[in-house]
Amino acid sequence: MTALKAQAPHGQRHSAGAQLILRFLQQFPPYRWTQARLLRWGVRGRTAVVAVPYFWLLLFFLVPFVIVLKIAFSETQIASPPYQPLLQWAGENMLQIKLNLGNFMFLVQDNLYWQAYLNSIKVAAISTLLCLLLGYPLAYAIARASSTWRNILLMMVILPFWTSFLLRVYAWIGILKNNGLINNFLMWLGVIDQPIVMLQTDFAIYVGIVYSYLPFMILPLYANLEKMDLTLLEAAADLGCRPLRTFLTVTLPLSMPGIVAGSMLVFIPAVGEFVIPALLGGPDSLMIGRVLWTEFFNNRDWPVASAVAIALLLLLVIPIVLLQRAQAKGAHR
Amino acid sequence: MSKRFPTFRVSALVFGFAFLYIPILSLIVYSFNKSRLVTVWGGFSTEWYGKLFENTQILNAAWLSLKIAAINATGAVILGTLAGLALARFGRFRGRTLFSGMTTAPLVMPEVITGLSLLLLFVAMEQLFGWPSGRGVTTITIAHMTLTMAYVTVIVQSRLSTLDDSLEEAAMDLGARPAKIFFLITLPIIAPALISGWLLAFTISLDDLVIASFVSGPGSSTLPMVIFSKVRLGVSPDINALATIMVLLVTIGVVIAGILIARQEKRRQRDMQLAAAAGK
Repeated sequence: MTALKAQAPHGQRHSAGAQLILRFLQQFPPYRWTQARLLRWGVRGRTAVVAVPYFWLLLFFLVPFVIVLKIAFSETQIASPPYQPLLQWAGENMLQIKLNLGNFMFLVQDNLYWQAYLNSIKVAAISTLLCLLLGYPLAYAIARASSTWRNILLMMVILPFWTSFLLRVYAWIGILKNNGLINNFLMWLGVIDQPIVMLQTDFAIYVGIVYSYLPFMILPLYANLEKMDLTLLEAAADLGCRPLRTFLTVTLPLSMPGIVAGSMLVFIPAVGEFVIPALLGGPDSLMIGRVLWTEFFNNRDWPVASAVAIALLLLLVIPIVLLQRAQAKGAHR
Repeated sequence: MSKRFPTFRVSALVFGFAFLYIPILSLIVYSFNKSRLVTVWGGFSTEWYGKLFENTQILNAAWLSLKIAAINATGAVILGTLAGLALARFGRFRGRTLFSGMTTAPLVMPEVITGLSLLLLFVAMEQLFGWPSGRGVTTITIAHMTLTMAYVTVIVQSRLSTLDDSLEEAAMDLGARPAKIFFLITLPIIAPALISGWLLAFTISLDDLVIASFVSGPGSSTLPMVIFSKVRLGVSPDINALATIMVLLVTIGVVIAGILIARQEKRRQRDMQLAAAAGK
């Protein structure tokens, strides 16, 4: 009881606002009406709490995929919307299903799509590796900093993530272009006398992806490294293990769930990336997200765009499963 | 540990943060550049800020984006709180696996897929029910809410799972109804998580180009869409001015929110210590 009394001054101030909200809601006629109606139907509050977001996600997340799948199998036509219906009434009481595999055949046969897929995987994989090489030391340094510094540094990692992604990618145009920051600086130093072409190359795409997705790599790594048991490292040092060997045999294996989670968080969105290749890459840097965009907006070929989306999803199944496993492992520890 | 390690760690920090911050700083510096060629320094000037505020296309798009972002964030916090509550407090219920999958999948789904699939849904719905008629603010808001509620769900769920439910149980034992428990106990406790969820949903919506491009209609160009079409043609100094303003606003917002959350957390810990001390 004394415990409750001691808490009262602050507790009351907290709940005053909440009490006001509740009272206001209860005065609100639809609240009572809904409550009474739901109770009559035998719907408990709990069910309603689950049902609202459940229904929302079913309608706006799951159903859309079914529609994409459907349209991927339909034929293109010049009309609005530009595809033929899959189910058709053919004559009397005859429901005809026209499954058109043509869009997928088109994807398989056309070299362009294969190249785009392979290139997307290559670009995403290399960027993920670069992210890991840059992010691991950073996450490690933050996790081993003093606790006051740790929060400030962590906030500094997250802060760029809050500023516009589009503008951060745009910033690299000014840095990488022929008369941009880096070239001007190197020419001023006299290291080069011809600008190095960096913009509109794959290199620019790597820089853009690493820059944009670095926080996604650092945060899971930090979370993992921060809860690591430091006495294990001490034990290794006491037994005469050199720091590098300790790192390779103790720290690195223990941080594996963090590495997998961070890598997948970078790899998955990077495969389907559109903005970065569109702004920093050259006209011939094919990535699957860009191909989908072009099919949809420039060619107005909705069925082929849907088929590309389905293929992209299939490509991402394995990384998504890996990510979920890593996260489940991280939660168990 | 040996002395070499702090040097290594400090250089990792310096290099990492230089990489993260130099591009943003370059945007800010060149927004005050007099020269039209963004990367050639032509003296200090604020003329691009003046040009920016004369550009009605950018201003209209910014206003539209802010409206969508605010509505979206509010809706996403409501939906995400319900979902997070269900996942953290309701134990097992029918369809839970599907539900938790659907709340986390939007986080990793490539934006081109989310955008395309939602557009196809809206087109199909319009054919079947006549709603939503055409595409614009409504469809962009719905699409953004679906994406950002996933973030709020994760935040609320993790916040709730780190708190033990003894306070809620105590209230239930004393006969409080579930709705009352939620508004009087759970909501005040998770309020900081809701604030950060709202801010996150707001900025994601304000920032989204790909999904908005798919589901927007004629006459509803959001700010990122306008920026993208301008930037595609090359660098332009008024975009630098815009970037500087946005960076400034975001920094102020994040710092204030950070201070508020830290202060609330401190107060909560002090209360708990007081309570523990008094209970002995």
